[in-house]
Amino acid sequence: MKATFDLVIVGAGPAGLAAARAAASSGVRIALVDDNPRAGGQVWRQGPGTGMPVAMRETLSDLIRNPNVTHYAGARVSLFSGEHEMIVSTACGSGVALSFGQLILATGARERLLPFAGWTLPGVTGAGALQALIKGGMPVEGERVVLAGSGPLLIAALATARSAGARIVAVLEQAPWRSLLRFGVSLGATPSKAFQAIHLTQGFAATRYWPGSVVREALGGERVEAVIVRRGERETTLECDRLACGYGLVPNVLLAQALGCRLTDGAIEVDDAQRTSVPGMWAAGECTGIGGMELARAEGEIAGLAASGHPIGLPLLRTRAKWKRFAQHVATAFELGEMARAHPCPETIFCRCEDVAYGEVAAHGSWRDAKLHTRCGMGPCQGRICGAAAQIYFGWNAAPPRPPFAPAPIGALMDAALAQEPE
Amino acid sequence: MGADDAFVVVTIDGVPLKVPVETTVAAAVFHRYGVRGTRMSVSGQPRAAFCGMGVCQECRMTIDARAHVLACQTVCRNGMTISTEAASS
Repeated sequence: MKATFDLVIVGAGPAGLAAARAAASSGVRIALVDDNPRAGGQVWRQGPGTGMPVAMRETLSDLIRNPNVTHYAGARVSLFSGEHEMIVSTACGSGVALSFGQLILATGARERLLPFAGWTLPGVTGAGALQALIKGGMPVEGERVVLAGSGPLLIAALATARSAGARIVAVLEQAPWRSLLRFGVSLGATPSKAFQAIHLTQGFAATRYWPGSVVREALGGERVEAVIVRRGERETTLECDRLACGYGLVPNVLLAQALGCRLTDGAIEVDDAQRTSVPGMWAAGECTGIGGMELARAEGEIAGLAASGHPIGLPLLRTRAKWKRFAQHVATAFELGEMARAHPCPETIFCRCEDVAYGEVAAHGSWRDAKLHTRCGMGPCQGRICGAAAQIYFGWNAAPPRPPFAPAPIGALMDAALAQEPE
Repeated sequence: MGADDAFVVVTIDGVPLKVPVETTVAAAVFHRYGVRGTRMSVSGQPRAAFCGMGVCQECRMTIDARAHVLACQTVCRNGMTISTEAASS
């Protein structure tokens, strides 16, 4: 199958949806491509018993009514088959070639998941991962959960897990108290965030919230049973049924890299109109730098307006500037410190796909050498998990990806290729 | 065990299971087994859903005869057949 659009937006989270809504008002034909079965991205993830936030419902109701907008759900970009054409593999295993005039990347972020002994045990997940799984209907009632890592996502995961009936054993935040106190004061500039923090944490009532602490090791045989925690200079063991550990977020820049868009500090570089360094390509939301849902929405709206030839109003630019300042406060407060950056012991698995130990990887001088000699980063996830850890420990940046960008059935690629042949 | 508007019935490793609509396959598998490995790594270690958002590929399983489908990004549909490696672990 082959289809032609004026604008293709990759990612149906807050940024992608805002971009689609802004551009759709002008009647351009839009394809919204997203790998999840439902729109909303991570922050607006829907599932059994999850209510839809008002902002999302408003955006979606506009889009659903618009005949010019096609939503490809459960669809992944496999490769770019031309300067303005991509091949997408869909959830049912078929392939579609989409050609486009303009492209907006709203590919979001993934969790930064750093290895520690025992992190491969069933029951160990990311922090955002735990939240996503619970929203998807995973039962956690009565389970003892340790949350760990860093950043506001821990607080969101805490609220979700607690309301699903989990018993929160402790929340381990790598950032020290002094950073958190300074951050608390800065919330005065964005009162909505201060209220949200109080609402989500319930003031940490009956919760052990331990700044300056990290997970050292997860213990267990067939599944996680306990966690060894380093708290300042001391070590403590906590028994648990689940450990959810994530050290903030990493922008998803793979498609941008494949297109040759310039990156800055691991995020897609954009100008004031959300334009990337490649003509006709735009980017918005977490893939341009971690900033949260409100910033993503503002950036998405700007990108949608700009890519469809509309002017951008001053109030919208001010909104973006406000949430960029907030994002800067978050980044400063939760910057990864020495404890979080401490390397794991040599025998700890580093690449989960190929079961390569940290020590084997550390023996090499570059990501490329490590890959060639150990196969790390060469399994099904293609280094999306261990590559982010390699960046933290060794400063190695991932090379531009080679297609297909995600595992795809060969039939899907053939479908799309056949669609390109002349009748 | 019948399906209605609020529930769907899927089969996990040969056993029917009724779950609320919109439940992901990854979540349904936890309903069936609790915390447990659903596949074996290349060196034979048990693994289960890890990133929860379609990145790590740890939750891949056979769904309706298609291999390597990500359970965390698949929503349960009535009559769906799901095969994991948990039964053999």
